[in-house]
Amino acid sequence: MLTFNTLVGVCLLYVIMLFVVAFVADKRARRSKVRFLTSPMIYTLSLSVYCTAWTFYGAVGNAARSGLEYVTIYLGPTLVMIGWWWFLRKLVRVGRSQRVTSIADLVSSRYGKSNLLGVLVTLIAVIGTTPYIALQLQSVTLSFAVFARDRSAGWIIPDLEQTAIWVAGGLALFTILFGTRNLDVNERHHGVVTAIAVEAVVKLVALLAVGIFVVWGIGGGPQGIAAAMEQAIQAAPEGAWTLQGGRWVGLTFLSAAAFLTLPRMFQVLVVENVDERQLATASWAFPLYLFLMSLFVIPIAVVGLAILPKGENPDLFVLTLPLYFEQDGLAMLSFLGGFSSATSMVIVASIALATMVSNHIIMPIWLSTRLGAGASEYRDARQILLSARRLSIVGILALGYFYYRISGGGSALAAIGLISFAGVAQVLPAMAGGLFWRGASRSGAVAGLITGFAIWAYTLFLPSFGEAGVMSASVLAHGPWGIEALRPQALFGVNGLDPVVHALFWSLVLNCVVFVLISLLSFPSPLERLQAAQFVNVLDHSGPARGRSFNAATSEDLLVMAQQVMGSDQAQAWFQAQAEQQGKQGYLPDTTPDFIGRLERELSGLVGTATAHAMIAQILGGAAVSVDDLLAVADETQQMLEQTSQLEAKQLELTTTARQLSEVNEKLTQLSIQKDAFLSQISHELRTPMTSIRAFSEILRDGGASDPAAAARHASIIHDESVRLTRLLDDLLDLSVLENGQVQLYPRHEVLHEVLDRAIAATSSVIDQEKMHIHRNRSDEGVALYTDTDRLAQVFINLISNAAKYCDAKGKRLAIRVRQRGGRLQVDFVDNGSGVPFESQSMIFEKFSRLSDQAAAGGAGLGLAICREIMDKLDGSITYLPGQSGGAFRVTLPVGSHSPFGRTWPSDINHL
Amino acid sequence: MRSPREPLFLARQSYRRRRIEDAARLLPLLGVVLFLLPLMVGGVIGSVRVAFVFSSWFFLILSAMTLARYLGRDTGQRPIGSQSKPIAPSDDPTGPL
Repeated sequence: MLTFNTLVGVCLLYVIMLFVVAFVADKRARRSKVRFLTSPMIYTLSLSVYCTAWTFYGAVGNAARSGLEYVTIYLGPTLVMIGWWWFLRKLVRVGRSQRVTSIADLVSSRYGKSNLLGVLVTLIAVIGTTPYIALQLQSVTLSFAVFARDRSAGWIIPDLEQTAIWVAGGLALFTILFGTRNLDVNERHHGVVTAIAVEAVVKLVALLAVGIFVVWGIGGGPQGIAAAMEQAIQAAPEGAWTLQGGRWVGLTFLSAAAFLTLPRMFQVLVVENVDERQLATASWAFPLYLFLMSLFVIPIAVVGLAILPKGENPDLFVLTLPLYFEQDGLAMLSFLGGFSSATSMVIVASIALATMVSNHIIMPIWLSTRLGAGASEYRDARQILLSARRLSIVGILALGYFYYRISGGGSALAAIGLISFAGVAQVLPAMAGGLFWRGASRSGAVAGLITGFAIWAYTLFLPSFGEAGVMSASVLAHGPWGIEALRPQALFGVNGLDPVVHALFWSLVLNCVVFVLISLLSFPSPLERLQAAQFVNVLDHSGPARGRSFNAATSEDLLVMAQQVMGSDQAQAWFQAQAEQQGKQGYLPDTTPDFIGRLERELSGLVGTATAHAMIAQILGGAAVSVDDLLAVADETQQMLEQTSQLEAKQLELTTTARQLSEVNEKLTQLSIQKDAFLSQISHELRTPMTSIRAFSEILRDGGASDPAAAARHASIIHDESVRLTRLLDDLLDLSVLENGQVQLYPRHEVLHEVLDRAIAATSSVIDQEKMHIHRNRSDEGVALYTDTDRLAQVFINLISNAAKYCDAKGKRLAIRVRQRGGRLQVDFVDNGSGVPFESQSMIFEKFSRLSDQAAAGGAGLGLAICREIMDKLDGSITYLPGQSGGAFRVTLPVGSHSPFGRTWPSDINHL
Repeated sequence: MRSPREPLFLARQSYRRRRIEDAARLLPLLGVVLFLLPLMVGGVIGSVRVAFVFSSWFFLILSAMTLARYLGRDTGQRPIGSQSKPIAPSDDPTGPL
C-alpha cells in the first residue's frame, strides 16, 4: 500500500536525480562537450514544456467534459512546427543573429532597441504567466492530496496548503541553482534543458503507461473503448460532444499563437536553440510527441467516466484510475509525470521571466542610478545582474504562490490556462509583423500591444475573477454605466460567441488594426529601419553560419586578418612576439582572452575601436555584427573621411597657389627680359643720332667746314638728327603714357570721312613725294563716330605714311575700304606692295621692330606699337590682314551702342 | 533585397530542392484544411471522426518527417554553444557597451 510518506520520499529522490542530471550536463557544457546536449532529440524533448500539468491532468478532464475539443491545444503547435520552414526558421535565425535573450528582447530589438517595448512585453508576460504558475502549484498540491486522503474514509480530498509553499520554495531553489549559474551571451542553460528533457520522457512514459493500462488492461481493447465512448456520448449532456466551429478554430489558432509567444516556449524554441538541424528534427518529432501525449486521453476519459464513481474530479482520472485498481506503481509513475509537467513549466517560465524582468526593468533602473559613474563602476554589473535574476525568480514564484492563495485554487483557476494564452498572444502581431513587414514601426507596435492587452484585460482577464472580483455583476450583464455596447463579454453587441473566442477575436483584430494603421502613418528612426531590414531579410544574407571553436585555426585566421590590417612583416613579428611571451615557438599564439584583448588594442590603433572589435568578434565568435557595431564603425569611418577630405581640400589649395606663383614668376622673368631688350634698343636708337650730332658739331667747332655751304649742310644734318631725336623721345613718351594707362581721351562726334581727310592731308607731303595714289569710296565713309578722333587720325596717319614709305611697287597705290560688321567698323588699308612676310607678321606690332633698314624716313620702329596701344584704349584693334594683294592692315572700332563712350549719337545721321 | 545575379533557371538538383521547400511551406496549409474538415459534418462526434483527426495528424507528422530529412541536410550547422564570452549586460539596450 502506497503511503503518503513513501510518495514524498520518491518525490525527493526524483528531485535529487534531476539535480544530478542538471549538474552533470552543466559540467559537460563547461568542458565544451556539447555534442550530446545539443542533439536534436534533447531540443525536441525540451519543447515539451508546452505540456504543463494543465495539459497532463486537464486534457483528460477537458475530454470528459467536451469531447474532442482538447486536441485543439495540440493541433495549433503541430501546425506551427510542420510549418517551420515558413516562420520558425526565420524566428530562430533572427534570434541567433541578434543574440536575442527573450521575447521582450526580440520585440525591443526589432523596433530600434526600444526599452519601452521591452518593458511592455515583460509586463504582459508577467501578468499572463503568474496565474499559470499558480495553476501548476495547484495541480501539484491536488495530486499530493489525492494520495494523502484516507481512502478508507471515502473520497474526500484533504486540504494541503503547506504543499504549495514547499513546492514553490523547492522550485525556486532549483531554478536559481541551474538557471542563474552562468551568464552566457546566448542565455543557454544546458543543465536545465537536459533536466527538462528527462522530465519530458517521464511524463510521456507515464501517460502512455496509464493509457496502455486503461485500453488493454481494463478497457477491453480498442473495441471496448469505442463502445465506452458511445456510452459516454449518450450519457453526456446535450451538445457536449458536438464540435463548436468557433471554439475549434479559435482555440487551434490561440494555441498556435501562444506556442510562439509564451515566454517559456520562446526560451526553449529560440534562445536555447543551437542550430537549424534541431529545428528540422523537431518539426516532426515534436508533433509526434504531442500526438502520443493526446492519443490515450479520450480512452482514459471515457473509461474513467464509465468506471469511477460519479462526482470524481475528471481532471485527476490519470491518478485515480490506477489507484482505483490498486496499481500503486503505475499511480506513482503517473504522479511523477504530473509533477514533472508542473515543475518543468515553472522552472523554464521563471527563468524566461527573470531574464526579461532583470534585463528590461531592473538593470535599466540600476544603470540610470549609476549614470555618470566611470567605467570601473561597471565591474560589478555582472554580480548585480545575477542578483537581479535570482531576486526576479524568487519574486515571480512568490507572485504565483500568492495568486494561488488569493484565488483559492478553485475552478476559476482551471480556466486560467486559455486566458493566459490569450494574454501573451497579444505579442504575436508585433512579432510576426516585425519579422515579415519592414514597415512595422515602434509606435505601431506599442499602440497595438497596449490596445490588445487592454481589451484582453477588459473582456477576459478581469471578468475571470467572477462577480466577486474587480467587475460587478451589473457591469458584466449590462456594461459599464449601462452602456450595452461595452458589455465585457459581448463587445459592440457581439454576443453569440464563447467568451474566450470573443475576447481573442476583438483583442487580436483591434491589436492588428491599430498596429498596422499607426505603422502606416508613422516614420521610423534610422536604427529602427536598419533593424527592420536585418530582421526581415535575415534569410537572404545570413546563410547558415558556421560556428568556430577556439583553436589554432582561429589563431591563424586572426593572423591572416591582422596581416591585411597591419602589413605582413609587422603582423608576423607581433604574433611571434606574443607567441614567445606565451612560451611557444612559431607565429601562432594561443587565443587567450589576454591575447585577444591586446590584439584588439593593437588593431584599434589602426582601424578604430569599433571596427577592431567587430573584426575580431566575427572571426572568434562567428557572431553576426550587430547594428550597434556597424553604427560605431560608420561613425569612425565618417570622421576619417572628413579628415581626408579636409586634407585634400588643403592640398588642392596649395597646388593652385603654387601654380599661380610659378605663372607670376615666369611673367616677371619675361618682363625683365623685355625691359633689358627695350633698354638696349632705346640706348642704341638714342646713340645713333647723338653720334652724328656730336661728329658734325665737332667739325663746325674746329672750323673744319670752311665754306658756308658745307657749314650749312652740316648744321642742317645736326638739325635733322635732333628733330629725329626729339620725335623719338616724343614717341617714347607717348608710348609710355599709353602703356601706363594715364592717357586722357577726348571723345567727340565726327564722321569717319572727315577723320580720313585730315589724316591724308597731314601725310600729303610724303604721299606727293612717293607719288602714291589713294583709292577711297566716299559713299561708305559716312559713318558717325563718337570717339577720340585725334588719336584715331594719328593711327590712320601712321598707316598711310607707312604704306607710302615701305610700299615697294612701281606705281604705288593704297586702297582704303570701309564697312560695318555687327556693330563694329572695319577700315582696311591695302597697298599693292609685296606686304609683310609671314614670319614677321607677329612681330610688326612690337616696339623697335623694323623690317628693313630703309631708315630714310627716320622711323624709330615705334609707330605700329603706338597704334596698337591707341586702338586698345579706344576699345578697338589693329591687325595685319594676310592674303591680300599687298600689305594690308585692318583697324576695327566699335560704333553706335557698342562704343565704349555710350550711344549719344542720333542714328539718322549715320549715313550723311 | 534579392541578389540581382540570382539565376532565372536552376539545375535539376537545386530545382528539386526548391520544390521541396515549396512543399514544406504548403504542408501547414494542408494541415489547416485537414483539421477543418471535421467541422464540415454537423452533429455529435463519433469514433469515425476521432479516428480521422488522429490519422490525418499522423499523416502530417510522416510528411513533415520526410520533408525534414531533405531540408535538414543543407542547413546542418555545427553547434556554437561553447562561447564563453563574459558579456553580461550587453544585451541590455542601456548597457555599458
